[in-house]
Amino acid sequence: MAFKQIIHSKKVLAFLAVFMLLGTNMLMAQTTATADAAKPGVDWLGVGYYVLLFFLLAISVAVIGKILKVYDLSQQIQGKKGIHWNNIMGVICLVFLVVGMAGAYWDITVQGSMSLPEAASKHGVKIDDMFLTTTIITMIVFVITQILLFVFLFKYRHSDKRRAYFLPHNNTIEKVWTIIPAIVLTVLVIFGFFTWQEVENSTDVKGQPASINIDITGHQFAWELRYAGPDGVLGKKDFRLTAGANKLGIDYKDKNSMDDLQADTLVLPVNKTIRLNIFAQDVIHSVYMPHFRVQQNAVPGLPTFFKFTPTITTEEMRRKVEDPKFEYLLYCNKICGSSHYNMQKVVRVVTEGEYNQWIAKQKPYLTPALRTELKLASADQNKSITNNRLALNN
Amino acid sequence: MSTLSVQDHGVAHHEEGHEHHHDTFLTKYVFSQDHKMIAKQFLITGITMAVIAMLLSILFRIQLAYPDKAFPLLETLLGRFAPEGRLDPEFYLSLVTIHGTIMVFFVLTAGLSGTFSNLLIPLQVGARDMASPFINMLSYWFFLTACIIMLSSFFIQKGPAGPGWTIYPPLSALPTAMKGSGLGMTLWLVSMVCFVASSLMGGINYVTTVLNMRTKGMDLWKMPLTIWAFFLTAILGVLSFPVLVAGVVLLIFDRSFGTSFYLSDIVVNGQVMPFEGGSPILFQHLFWFLGHPEVYIVIMPAMGISSEVMSVNSRKPIFGYHAMVYSLIGITVLSFIVWGHHMFITGMNPFLGGVFMITTLIIAVPSAVKTFNWLATLWRGNIRFTPAMLFAIGMVSFFISGGLTGIFLGNAALDINLHDTYFVVAHFHLVMGSAAIFGMLAGVYHWFPKMFGRMMDEKLGYLHFWLTFIGAYLVFFPMHFMGLDGVPRRYYAFTEFASMQRWLSVNMFITWAAIMSACAQVAFLYNFIHSIFWGKEATQNPWQANTLEWTAPVERIHGNWPGELPTVYRWPYDYSKPGAEEDFISQITPLSETMSSNLPHDFEDNPAGLEALNTWTNTQKANEEVK
Ligand code: HEM
Ligand SMILES: [Cu+2]
Ligand SMILES: [Cu+2]
Repeated sequence: MAFKQIIHSKKVLAFLAVFMLLGTNMLMAQTTATADAAKPGVDWLGVGYYVLLFFLLAISVAVIGKILKVYDLSQQIQGKKGIHWNNIMGVICLVFLVVGMAGAYWDITVQGSMSLPEAASKHGVKIDDMFLTTTIITMIVFVITQILLFVFLFKYRHSDKRRAYFLPHNNTIEKVWTIIPAIVLTVLVIFGFFTWQEVENSTDVKGQPASINIDITGHQFAWELRYAGPDGVLGKKDFRLTAGANKLGIDYKDKNSMDDLQADTLVLPVNKTIRLNIFAQDVIHSVYMPHFRVQQNAVPGLPTFFKFTPTITTEEMRRKVEDPKFEYLLYCNKICGSSHYNMQKVVRVVTEGEYNQWIAKQKPYLTPALRTELKLASADQNKSITNNRLALNN
Repeated sequence: MSTLSVQDHGVAHHEEGHEHHHDTFLTKYVFSQDHKMIAKQFLITGITMAVIAMLLSILFRIQLAYPDKAFPLLETLLGRFAPEGRLDPEFYLSLVTIHGTIMVFFVLTAGLSGTFSNLLIPLQVGARDMASPFINMLSYWFFLTACIIMLSSFFIQKGPAGPGWTIYPPLSALPTAMKGSGLGMTLWLVSMVCFVASSLMGGINYVTTVLNMRTKGMDLWKMPLTIWAFFLTAILGVLSFPVLVAGVVLLIFDRSFGTSFYLSDIVVNGQVMPFEGGSPILFQHLFWFLGHPEVYIVIMPAMGISSEVMSVNSRKPIFGYHAMVYSLIGITVLSFIVWGHHMFITGMNPFLGGVFMITTLIIAVPSAVKTFNWLATLWRGNIRFTPAMLFAIGMVSFFISGGLTGIFLGNAALDINLHDTYFVVAHFHLVMGSAAIFGMLAGVYHWFPKMFGRMMDEKLGYLHFWLTFIGAYLVFFPMHFMGLDGVPRRYYAFTEFASMQRWLSVNMFITWAAIMSACAQVAFLYNFIHSIFWGKEATQNPWQANTLEWTAPVERIHGNWPGELPTVYRWPYDYSKPGAEEDFISQITPLSETMSSNLPHDFEDNPAGLEALNTWTNTQKANEEVK
């Protein structure tokens, strides 16, 4: 019986040899072919090569399987026990644990260090603290449980001589491992809940300087910015007014709208509270500024906002990450269509002086062309504007 | 046939299901009403869909690894969807959408519950068939219809739906917003309605069967954990799927009949739309009211299967059976009140976010209990590494890794920066894409003999397991760090951002790991198909297990048991009981036959039995003394 098997597997080996030969042939052919194949077209040889490679792999697996089977059978014929698969699997489990843990460690150190630099906003620091706490706790659980899992597998692998220990339950230990996670999670929840409340709190505290209001509107596939003009107040908007040059639907009947400014870059003064008022025109987008730990969806029909305080200027950050070309970015993080993957805005955090200089140079939305389009009298602009500092859009 | 069903224990068993039973090809394999055949139909359809969805994922992984390279072969295969050998950005989104939809709904819901609830509920509770075999059959046919409609969308001009598997409006509601919101989206919605109909018919059947058709002696606390898991899963599905239908129907209205349930203040390409007063957030609430329970619909059967497989193959009772059941119940209840954790930063009231955060972190407690109990089950076991066992273990490992990242995401403050990044992708692929799939594969390897009367090859199973297990970790582990660097999901390419280009090498690595794992599935498919026809013939109880399905004959007859239905005397986990001859005692062995191994614990609600046990031990003791 075993004999027959060996003959059989020899056949398979012969097959293998033929395939190998063909394979190398193909490989050679492929290198010559690619040299003169500059024109696009399906590289069938390349495809064939991969298909062949796969077949070769499959065949070698089959051959190894056959050999194992034959070996197993011959052992059994000689009255010995066959391959101890339970032992082999137990050992592989242990190897997997060691290699896997080493791999995870490598991954965490190498790729983990590629993650975002320190938070560039006030609340971001708190989020990062909490992230660290959560990471430490979960990492401990991760390491302990995975080690227990794979060590048990190795240690208690099957043996005919042994019987498993009949242990249906143990109420004490079950209570312990219900209550401990419950306590740990309670701590995390409380910590998280208050941080969350703080981050999401958007009302200006009395006595502190009011935050700077900036409108950001997402549409397929770009962001539009609107800064308040000299009056410091953003005018009203109404989506029904969107037409022609008035692409944001700004309501110019509202005097506050007259001096509102357009901008290409989201320039922010450092250490000042910013309130982003977030809108979307067509589908849901998401304002994502990972360096500031800021994200908030832009939802059509539902104005949202996010209040935060940048703490590190772009210049400083460039020095910190040792990259002279570093820029903070704002990008879309909610699937919104074909160019979702490229809907970005540069964010620049500057000193207050630089900010004032920059904003003085920005152009109002109300261009002369738009003015004629809307038939507005130019005298309007000079009328005094009551500056009532009302928070808008909520 | 009716001779088979006369001994039902006072349970109304309808005969009409059995009447037209001439076993033609059509009634046996196609319009079958036998739960075992329907289970196989679900399984094979599920596997087919899984292979398709896997191939789709390889397509978009290639795009992510080689964003600048043209593959003329792609154009040959996909035509206008890959002009000049590069995937079209909108088609990329369609691929992601259909991959997610198929995997979540068609593979891990229908393929998993459909297969194993159908196969195991009647066999493990001791029933001849489902409560309503006809509705059961309909459930499969609706499912198949849903599959066909979903796949047919690849053959229409604009391609399949593209707004992500969560189909948030307005993107999914405005046909002008993207190609994938046109006819493809309509087909998606129609398919989903069929799918939910199928799920509901299945679910109602499972619940009814478990409640009404248990054999004599099978009280709830004697049911295997698989049955508990399927039962609670079915309840979850029955209560939450209708909400998805509601959401979908309103979306159909918005798309086709000009209503504004989800739409308001919309300007597309400078064109003001007439919608007013709707709220896109409403859809998200409706979607996630199903969507979150859905993820537990996916994982709970995998948990049940793994519990059973691990107990059988460690030759040890599952540790803390009651705790396992209560944690399943806890998860079931809690999973209805955590859906908001998918919406922390969508504009939902932040206070609500805080509440959802509390409930979300509570649900981690029963999950933790289950994990510890699995570990305790392995402790001092006598572990046999069958392929099923390996996959069950893999499920535990993945569940730990993926569950822990849930604790980050469940924390609203941390979610601000993690939402919709690759961190989320890593989380749910570990916990669902890997853990739940491994649970399903464990089930396939374990119950294959029950389905086909033959065994699968173990060595190929080992190969399949290790390649897939290692591959899945290689694919999903690095994604965490991409997420921590703020790399968003559902991006067609990372070429437009200087800061993301350094992840290109990682993306390439992930793609090759994914290709390797995909190739490993060939070992499974070959094993599966080959073993159906030429596998080693199975014995009646190949794994020496206690549950009822292994007392049924290998031939898989209609009605499951010839003659009387088995009577159940004990719980399903009497493995390696001290004093017993063998290391397993079937559920149908009366306690009176196993006096030497009985424990006081076995008679908790049976004083007479306890009395008998005491007298027996006393006489034994007396005998010892005499000697
Ligand atoms: C330990 C318990 C778990 C917690 C605390 C948890 C928490 C979360 C949270 C907060 C999110 C939202 C992340 C975001 O979008 O920003 C999420 C996403 C997700 N979770 Fe979990 N999760 C847990 C277990 C599971 C399980 C067991 C499954 C499935 C079997 C699962 C499947 C998913 C899926 C599919 C998503 C992503 C949905 C999407 O946006 O496409 N989670 N999880
Ligand atoms: Cu966008
Ligand atoms: Cu969820």
